[in-house]
Amino acid sequence: MKSLRYILPLLAFLVLAGFLARGLNLDPREVPSPLIGKPAPSFALTRLDDAAQTFKRDDMLGKVWMLNVWASWCVACREEHPLLVEFSKRGMVPIYGLNYKDQRPDGQGWLARFGNPYNASLFDADGRVGIDFGVYGVPETFIIDKQGVIRLKHIGPLTPEVIRERIEPMLKKLNA
Amino acid sequence: MIPELGHFALWLALGVAAALASVPMLGAARGRADWMAIARPAAALQFALVAFAFGCLIAAFVGNDFSVFYVAANSNTSLPTHYRVAAVWGGHEGSMLLWLLMLTGWAFAVARFSRHLPAPVLARILSVMGVLSVGFLLFLLLTSNPFDRLPNPPVDGRDLNPLLQDPGMVFHPPMLYMGYVGLSVAFSFAVAALIGGNLDTTWARWTRPWTTVAWIFLTIGIAMGSGWAYYELGWGGWWFWDPVENASFMPWLVATALIHSLAVTEKRGSFKSWTVLLAILAFSLSLLGTFLVRSGVLSSVHAFATDPKRGLFILAFLVFVIGASLALYAWRAPKVGLGARFEWVSRETFLLANNVLLMAACGAVLLGTLYPLLLDALGMGKISVGPPYFDTVFVPLMAPLIFLIGVGPLARWKHAELPQLWRRLRWALGAAIVASLLTNWLRGHLGIVSTLGLAMAFWIVAALGVDLLDRLRPNGIVRTGLLHRARQIPRAMVGMMVAHLGIAVFIFGVTLVKSGEVERDVKMDVGDTTEVLGYTFTFRGVESLPGPNYRAAQGTLEVTRDGKPVTTLRPEKRNFPVTGSTMTEAAIDAGFSRDLYVSLGEPLAGKAWIVRVYVKPFIDWIWGGCLMMAFGGFLAATDRRYRAKVRATQGAATDAKVIA
Amino acid sequence: MHKFLLALIALICCLARPAFANDAAPAAADPALEARMTRITAELRCLVCQNQTIADSNADLAQDLRRQVREMLRKGDDDAKIIQYMTDRYGDFVLYRPPVKATTLLLWFGPALMLLLGFGALAVVMRRRARTAANQFEPDDPALFADPHQS
Repeated sequence: MKSLRYILPLLAFLVLAGFLARGLNLDPREVPSPLIGKPAPSFALTRLDDAAQTFKRDDMLGKVWMLNVWASWCVACREEHPLLVEFSKRGMVPIYGLNYKDQRPDGQGWLARFGNPYNASLFDADGRVGIDFGVYGVPETFIIDKQGVIRLKHIGPLTPEVIRERIEPMLKKLNA
Repeated sequence: MIPELGHFALWLALGVAAALASVPMLGAARGRADWMAIARPAAALQFALVAFAFGCLIAAFVGNDFSVFYVAANSNTSLPTHYRVAAVWGGHEGSMLLWLLMLTGWAFAVARFSRHLPAPVLARILSVMGVLSVGFLLFLLLTSNPFDRLPNPPVDGRDLNPLLQDPGMVFHPPMLYMGYVGLSVAFSFAVAALIGGNLDTTWARWTRPWTTVAWIFLTIGIAMGSGWAYYELGWGGWWFWDPVENASFMPWLVATALIHSLAVTEKRGSFKSWTVLLAILAFSLSLLGTFLVRSGVLSSVHAFATDPKRGLFILAFLVFVIGASLALYAWRAPKVGLGARFEWVSRETFLLANNVLLMAACGAVLLGTLYPLLLDALGMGKISVGPPYFDTVFVPLMAPLIFLIGVGPLARWKHAELPQLWRRLRWALGAAIVASLLTNWLRGHLGIVSTLGLAMAFWIVAALGVDLLDRLRPNGIVRTGLLHRARQIPRAMVGMMVAHLGIAVFIFGVTLVKSGEVERDVKMDVGDTTEVLGYTFTFRGVESLPGPNYRAAQGTLEVTRDGKPVTTLRPEKRNFPVTGSTMTEAAIDAGFSRDLYVSLGEPLAGKAWIVRVYVKPFIDWIWGGCLMMAFGGFLAATDRRYRAKVRATQGAATDAKVIA
Repeated sequence: MHKFLLALIALICCLARPAFANDAAPAAADPALEARMTRITAELRCLVCQNQTIADSNADLAQDLRRQVREMLRKGDDDAKIIQYMTDRYGDFVLYRPPVKATTLLLWFGPALMLLLGFGALAVVMRRRARTAANQFEPDDPALFADPHQS
């Protein structure tokens, strides 16, 4: 029995090592969203291309849709943009952009140069709607279901793996 | 050419380290003197080769060899020379080479200064250090080679991170690594003793000075890091409980516990297995710290660029080294005897209570640092643990420890009398409380927390006074002078007193600055003034100045007190064109009883600026206290008994007389 | 007479200038609000510069969130409401001080638990020693010295 307690440090260390190994696959900087499964925050924003037209959250009720947060000053957005343009051509889901803390001419110019995958982009000049969505870094992508509930959030640029393994299955499920 | 030479030297060093790791250990097991004899020369050769490689890297930096990827990533032609040298350890690969330099350096030091150790013991110790070297050399050569070449060298490099272009960068990492790596010596002594089965008090006596010296470097390294953050970061904080800061603080806590535990083992032959475990744990925490900083598992401002492959390698190395040593401990430690007996009230008990408190504190820091990872790994959500947690949890653990600092040194070994202790110390306790209330009343600030903090500081001083008085009191029939009695006090004892006094100074500083500092955020136009704690700050505008590799907006503030000029402060906002970043350089007037701290905020319309003005009372006592602690350690490590020539084999009985 | 009085008043106003004529105004308009502001923002983590509070960070998001907090304070929202606003959008990660929940009980009570266990272990060990006679020295197990080639 005396020997048993001497093995405790080793056991405790092995448990710790297990957690550390698991931690290698996690991103400590990623902030998961508390909004998954909750209704998307309500908003009313003007369109990027037409300041006279307003777009509201409730306009999309009854449809599954994707909200992609982007900005002309965002370098990582350029990375994912060709992918997004490709994806929009497949017509799987209407994509709306949230132009976050940008200037109208800059945003429009950027879309003209790099392609426009969005049905429309919404102009969030001061970033308030972004904050309501829990945006903390650009780009971010949300999938919202027919009832207006946020079902998925992806932080960072989209990759083919993310689209294939997370977004497409989710869309299938929500459209069923 | 030079980088290739450096690279080659590292491969050679790997070969030497492999030999060092295996041959002497086998020689000790088989009693082969010739095999054991290669240990010392191998340790020396290993160090020479790594030092040569390090020199090659320095040469590449100073010579602006941007065909080396690491140099291009961390340096620039406009970087001043002394920072080019410091840039050697500014990134992951170079800092690992610095680690290795320290490791082989310490092994060389052990080889050089341990002639009194029996050959098998020394052979095993150096072999263990060889194993560590092999691990780090493999890591460096396989995943983090600082000598990798770029196929298309750029014209100029990416420059050293501006935050690191500072004298602090020249000294802080080397000091810190000396401490971190120095704990490998105690570790190696412990593992060697477990393998060889010679866990007696001589083992404790040999290990103690090495541990103390490593502890000194760690203390200085951490203090430097804190001081550097204070003047570099621009908002006056000096400790943030950042994961990497915690990673350096945990080994320090365990090393402190180890020093005290070694005192018990050396003196009384007791708690040997606990001391061995502490020695293993201290270095394990150093290794863990290395892992945490470089693996991307925790997010921190200090973290190096991360790469999962590197993280996995370090983790594997960690599991091997720590796992093997803890397994060895589990196997061998049960056979170690209990040693001498001691009473419930005795110096031994107080020292062990000290250990329990220090380990609980270390555990708390570890828990707080790793908890977010824990929850995330279990899929139970994502939280973050910030300073509020650590402050709440750490300080209450320290209070009883401070109390023990006063009582411990006065208690007798084996059996102490509580009533006697109370009689000697009750005046000290009273004096401490009175002094703290008086101090607070004098500065017009009566808060419970600050009163308690001051009482803790004064308690240490008062108890120290009682101890000192006791030793200086004339005793016995023979008449001796005061100076003579003073010189009778062993240097190790003086070291202890100075180190404990350093703690009191530290607490004094922390308490007074936390409860008494004043911050003022003001809009200042040219000619505007603001008054803080009796100092008047007048803003004289901001002008643009060029620097070696930056452009600065420099403000001028004149400070007066009672109409008499005190100083002129010039805070800056520096813009570095190469990286495009902006640094805030605070202007500090450091003083014995206060710091005046000014930093520039944002420019406003016209010539006005937002200026942050702080007066921080006694803040330099924080680092002063740390330096005193380090000095106390130095005194203890240079006690006569370590400087004596012959210390071959002495049993526990004679030990009792050596240490007062 | 009129003019004289006016001049006199003007003169008195000039002479009666406060000691610090150019006393710098605080950067903030309302000190009481600022005090609450400092307290709340020091408890919220910046999600961009994740090792700073939104009080200290210069990141865009931190500035936006500071503005948001200030607006809510001006509206008269209490501290709890503001904290709730933040955690609704960013989760518990945004809190510098981890909340006390079921999942964090071990975090908050762990240190005290460790302390108790430590002192408990010490007491158990002391009691075991008390059973040995005074002045007895228990040496190491001879099996520890099995190897004949030991020092």
